[in-house]
Amino acid sequence: MSTPFPTINESLLAEQGMEPTRVASVAAPVADRPTAPPTGRVELPGKGPLLTRSGWSAFVIALIVVCAVAPMLNLWVPEGHALHLSTYAVALLGKIMCYAICALAMDLIWGYTGILSLGHGVFFALGGYTMGMYLMRQIGADGNYKSNLPDFMVFLDWKELPWHWTFSDSFVATLILIVAVPGVVAFVFGYFAFRSRIKGVYFSIITQAMTFAAMLLFFRNETGFGGNNGFTDFKRILDIPIATPSMRMTLFVMTGLTLLGFFLFAKWLVGSKFGRVLQAIRDAETRVMFSGYSPLGYKLTIWVISAVMCGVAGALYVPQVGIINPGEMSPANSIEIAIWAAVGGRASLIGPIVGAFIVNGAKSWLTVAYPEFWLYFLGALFIGVTLFLPNGVVGLVKKLRKGAEQ
Amino acid sequence: MLLRHLLFYATLFIATHAHALSADEVKGIIFGETDTRVEALNKAALTADEKTVAFIQALSDDAVKTSGDKVFVVKDDKAFDPVTGAEQPLPPDAEDVINPNMMRSELDNALAALKLLSKDEQLRREAIKTLGSDSDEARLPLIEKAYAAETVPALKDQLEMMRAAILLGSSDKAKRLEAAGLLSASKNPATKTVLIERLGTELDADVKVALQAALAKVEASLAWGDKLGAIFSGISLGSILLLVALGLAITYGLMGVINMAHGELMMIGAYATYVVQGLFQKYLPGAFDWYLLAAVPVAFLASALMGAVLERSVIRFLYGRPLETLLATWGISLMLQQLVRTIFGAQNVGVENPVWMSGGVQVLGNLSLPYNRLVIIGFAIAVLLGMGWLIGKTRLGLFVRGVTQNRPIASCMGVNTARIDTYAFALGSGIAGLAGCALSQVGNVGPDLGQGYIVDAFMVVVLGGVGQLAGTVYAAMGLGILNKFLEGWTGAVLAKIAVLVFIIIFIQKRPQGIFAMKGRSAEA
Repeated sequence: MSTPFPTINESLLAEQGMEPTRVASVAAPVADRPTAPPTGRVELPGKGPLLTRSGWSAFVIALIVVCAVAPMLNLWVPEGHALHLSTYAVALLGKIMCYAICALAMDLIWGYTGILSLGHGVFFALGGYTMGMYLMRQIGADGNYKSNLPDFMVFLDWKELPWHWTFSDSFVATLILIVAVPGVVAFVFGYFAFRSRIKGVYFSIITQAMTFAAMLLFFRNETGFGGNNGFTDFKRILDIPIATPSMRMTLFVMTGLTLLGFFLFAKWLVGSKFGRVLQAIRDAETRVMFSGYSPLGYKLTIWVISAVMCGVAGALYVPQVGIINPGEMSPANSIEIAIWAAVGGRASLIGPIVGAFIVNGAKSWLTVAYPEFWLYFLGALFIGVTLFLPNGVVGLVKKLRKGAEQ
Repeated sequence: MLLRHLLFYATLFIATHAHALSADEVKGIIFGETDTRVEALNKAALTADEKTVAFIQALSDDAVKTSGDKVFVVKDDKAFDPVTGAEQPLPPDAEDVINPNMMRSELDNALAALKLLSKDEQLRREAIKTLGSDSDEARLPLIEKAYAAETVPALKDQLEMMRAAILLGSSDKAKRLEAAGLLSASKNPATKTVLIERLGTELDADVKVALQAALAKVEASLAWGDKLGAIFSGISLGSILLLVALGLAITYGLMGVINMAHGELMMIGAYATYVVQGLFQKYLPGAFDWYLLAAVPVAFLASALMGAVLERSVIRFLYGRPLETLLATWGISLMLQQLVRTIFGAQNVGVENPVWMSGGVQVLGNLSLPYNRLVIIGFAIAVLLGMGWLIGKTRLGLFVRGVTQNRPIASCMGVNTARIDTYAFALGSGIAGLAGCALSQVGNVGPDLGQGYIVDAFMVVVLGGVGQLAGTVYAAMGLGILNKFLEGWTGAVLAKIAVLVFIIIFIQKRPQGIFAMKGRSAEA
């Protein structure tokens, strides 16, 4: 039964020397259902209110103001004052900015290149683990076992550091590895995937398998990453205690500036010729190939850039949150990154950042206020956005603005 | 417990030459260092009579007290002399006998060894099981006695193995050589471990050679069972993967919907089974063994109905946009999980196997096939055949194929394509429900049941080639068997990782899966 679904018009096609086309491409929209753009193609928001020069300049200024004002309100305004920003709020804000970087990275690869990755959590976690290894070494002999080795290694009765921890005591090497590790992994994976022209849903599912495999691997004790507990109990960074208010604020400001930097970089990138080729690949890859471009290099480059951005976000996330474990690589986490981008609005750089703030803000409020409603809300948000807001919140704002003008 | 003790005394076989328990023996067992107590205990056990057994049992039950050098067995607030059995007044200063852990395990072993002589076959079986790993040379005479008296062939074999295992630890070289010869005839996997352990500590060259020869022989007789066992568990895992992936082969393979809620539809099937089980327990306890037969259609209908609702309310707006269906169905899966948590709680619920599904067939010494696995393999075949018939032979199947291949033409021919979409999605969901019903018999049923299988399910469908039923079958079986063989080598988690890496590499080579749809489309 090699052809279990015998095709009705098979013989007809065979007569004409043709083969039946793929099922997925047959399921095209027809007149009796709402016409939808084909896979991956997103209607460009164009010059929306947030995307004009004054619009995004205002956004950049707002981001800088937040970075500057939030620490001041926390450090210098006395507690109990109406304007005081609690440490919890600043930590939350910092965490969400890390997520926003991931969403921005997802937007470059999904919104602008049409490649949906369900495995970006791996790159986030790789950056986080690289940073975590450095932080574990910084604990020194202050751990529970008073040993120079990290606690979990003492617990496993290991006598020396495994080879992949070699550079973990150097901050400079750690900074390089935060970029290099996710970059190299993404390059190798992407090279093989894009070379054999895996795309669309196949690519999404393979990236999901990748993150799943990585999660299983990191759960193992003998891989040397702390098993299912991961890394925690961090004490110092560059020999400065990590829990002091000034250190927290420094990390916060650095996260904000990184987000800002990545945003401006992405802005420049998508406006460049390179970015326009990416959008052409998204809309009609075959036509790009026929025009003489090789999509491999373009796709690979943006894939690696996107992965590195996620890795940096992970590295900033770990010292602020104080823990990294293999749970970050679960397929669900990677899908959530795609959710942020979709909710905010794909193919608009501001959208994913807004989306990350909306979803995570709602999450931290709902999981405290109505813990049992969070998943209903997230699920409904997802269905609602895909059904009614194909261009996300940014698309909605644009539409409303347009309606008001008429 | 009391009943078992009575049975034990009543059926205990008493050796003809046994002599009565003496006061010296009692004192030897009670007083002194643990080592000398153990020695006295084992000596007394060799020539045990009814009174010795009762005394050892009492000691094991903490019913023995001492006062000075006098020993009392306390029963129902009365004290008896262990040797004569006469009732005696219990002095007020009587103290409990303290049994360290080592003494306790020796008491248990002595009691078990004595049970070897019991007339009750069940008790003897239990005793052999308890003593299985204990290779104390002091026990040898007793085991030889039991071996001579044993009439059940299977138990006799086991006793011989036990004897050999004890001999293997002997300090006498000749005895060790004899043991190696005896053990080489074994078909028991435990023998292999015993031999390997002994090889590690053996110093004598002759014995080492004999042990290695014995080990090779045992391994050779185990090899077939091992291989068949791995193939069977591979097929068993493959049939589960097949059940999980079959529904997805319709919703994803045929309809192009990336149904991330597929796992949750399975979960609904599993919970439907749980509910049916509960109803049978409450209203039809007499027919409880057959609840599963009622659960199968209920699970199918529950999931199919949910699938139809989802298709009508969400999915029909998203045809032709696979990535959007992915996002929307992910949202659905989150809501369904939370719904189940709200109704049934966040904990796993218990689903019992019916009696006829527990146990198994013993095929070889180290190969037994559990009935529940066999039933699931049969069930997977039945579902596969049923689905093949439905898609290939019925009018509904014709319409489904027609609509998925060429929607406009099918529509022109008067097929209500929207309704066919709903039926097809409900069918795929219903099969997911059947998978959930099967899974409830082998694993945990909880709100995140579906999450554990969703990645596997997609892997199978993608590996088989989207839209290819035969490919799904081959992929499921291939992955199941590959996984189980790797597991034998590397352990479960690394095997799973290796399989995922294999799939990633395989798709590099054949991006369209095992059975690629051939075509000239430039986008393919």
